[in-house]
Amino acid sequence: MRGVRDRSLLAEPSSTGRFGEFGGRFVPETLVPACQELEAAFRAAWADPVFRGELDAVLRDYAGRPSILTECHNLGAELGLRLLLKREDLNHTGSHKINNVLGQALLAKRMGKTRLVAETGAGQHGVAAATAAALMGMECRVYMGAVDVERQALNVFRMRLLGATVEQVESGSRTLKDAVNEAMRDWVATVADTHYCLGSVMGPHPYPWMVRQFHLVVGTEARGQVEALTGGPPDVVVACVGGGSNAMGIFSGFVDGPARLVGAEPSGGAAVGRGVPGVVHGMRSYLMQDEHGQVEEAHSVSAGLDYPGVGPEHAYLASIGRAEYPPVADAEVLDAFQLLARTEGILCAFEPAHGLAWVVREAPNLRGQTVLLCLSGRGDKDVAQAMDLIGPEGGRDILGPDA
Amino acid sequence: MGPLEAHFRAARDGGRKLLVPYVTGGYPGWQEAVRAAAAAGADGIEIGIPFSDPVMDGPVIQQASQAALDAGATPPAILDAAADLEVGIPLAVMTYYNLVHHDGHRRFAGRLVRAGIAGCILPDLPLEESGPWCESADHEGVETIMLAAPTAPDERLPRVVERCRGFVYAVGLLGVTGERTSLAATATELAGRLKAITELPVLVGVGVSDAEQARQACRVADGVVQGASVVRRLMTGGPDAVGEYVAEVRAAIDGR
Repeated sequence: MRGVRDRSLLAEPSSTGRFGEFGGRFVPETLVPACQELEAAFRAAWADPVFRGELDAVLRDYAGRPSILTECHNLGAELGLRLLLKREDLNHTGSHKINNVLGQALLAKRMGKTRLVAETGAGQHGVAAATAAALMGMECRVYMGAVDVERQALNVFRMRLLGATVEQVESGSRTLKDAVNEAMRDWVATVADTHYCLGSVMGPHPYPWMVRQFHLVVGTEARGQVEALTGGPPDVVVACVGGGSNAMGIFSGFVDGPARLVGAEPSGGAAVGRGVPGVVHGMRSYLMQDEHGQVEEAHSVSAGLDYPGVGPEHAYLASIGRAEYPPVADAEVLDAFQLLARTEGILCAFEPAHGLAWVVREAPNLRGQTVLLCLSGRGDKDVAQAMDLIGPEGGRDILGPDA
Repeated sequence: MGPLEAHFRAARDGGRKLLVPYVTGGYPGWQEAVRAAAAAGADGIEIGIPFSDPVMDGPVIQQASQAALDAGATPPAILDAAADLEVGIPLAVMTYYNLVHHDGHRRFAGRLVRAGIAGCILPDLPLEESGPWCESADHEGVETIMLAAPTAPDERLPRVVERCRGFVYAVGLLGVTGERTSLAATATELAGRLKAITELPVLVGVGVSDAEQARQACRVADGVVQGASVVRRLMTGGPDAVGEYVAEVRAAIDGR
């Protein structure tokens, strides 16, 4: 496999914010100085032991890090492999998103900003951003597509309880991509006092790099935990990919080693699988688009992965063959969601259920291997939707007659 | 010097303030609106090629773009139709970079030339990313109009201006396209900063919302680009309403 032990992986992007030919800074002229200022501020903060100490402390004492590693003995036996879960679902606010928002909110305060704007799909990043804003005494406005507002009504209410304003976005496909557009439009108008707290490893430079750095902690912890448990690296590292922040976090611990890296994309939002290079939301990356370059709408059971693009570093890892990005169908995801609940007593979010669905499908080819899955979020937010999709009786039939 | 810049400089140097209305290509009646605007005294027309994710546009232009896309508008169809306009004033397109990137720089620039389009505005392609496109545009003879923003520090503006062809598009305020109740102070401030460093015509756009605001902007700037206020009239009153409005703005900036 190309790229193994390659120290250039996980490096800083180029001076123009490129990972290979992907990334960059395709923003309106108004935002260029803001992106430059953010890059300089992040660079200084990341090199400052005081900032890093503050961030480590708040991740430990507030977010609950380190997150644990759970071995799935029951499901592992059933699948014929060793399955380890990195439990980002157990973080405060219920997903990996808290790592990034605490980092960005601390940075925004350091830059003298008083207001955060954020986009959200499933609501996980919106809740995390609202949480960080509440903790740090900042104003927060979250943009959310109207379709997602309906799918994730509880998360909308959570954000409001946390003091954030939730703006329902009615333009375009009324999902995550349109929420990003609206958050950027807000930022164009408010850039003097506002920080755009982008929720994934996407957007204009320095976001893909900065957000990845804030999620390094996932991969660093997991590497040590897997090593302590098994004496070596895992054979396969799996995560779901929408924009791809939890995947970049966990891949970061293993990208310079021999582990196979797998990013499961929803088949209706498979930017790497079905996209071609394009430019939207400030970056050049794989993008689902029509014959003229109009961005296509993604369709997925999971609002958090309903995104037609992907972070540029994933595009790079795919282009050099270091990581693979198989598509997973909604039906497989629902089965995996129920399977984990039944066998391990863990209700996961629909997003990481994509990763698990790939493991279940590929299990015959993974016999005896150690598979590390990033369980990026908990399933509470998806329970109502699951009931609609599966029916209130639950899917008793999916494991066969003796289940 | 390209035909757009030559035309605008000659008019400016003759004491005329420049008026560039924006019309969403592919919106029902758009060609008639372009003709009406030209007949009413526009110096050039900016034709929008709708994109699915128009990050610099506010609600009015977003709505018109979406309606055009829903009606089946595509870049080649709009450019084919533009080739038939023959309004006797320079035309420029305003669109987003992905449509250019997807088509290919040289190919897209060639399409513009064949359609008789002189200029191109790409609001999500800032200076640092503009090199490859500008090279192709220069080669094909398309004038790339760069945006200058109120947030740009002094050292940045000369570099933007140097890369600019046709005219300089001074972004009037911090925000996206749309109508405001008054002209932002940033509009004339930025126009003044730009006039001090360039001989290119300087036009203020984004947030120049009516005839009076256009007149105010033209105290410092060489002219104005008007988008949302034009497109709103196209959507509510059709091409005739666009012509009436352009005539009203023309009179205001001419001091009549």
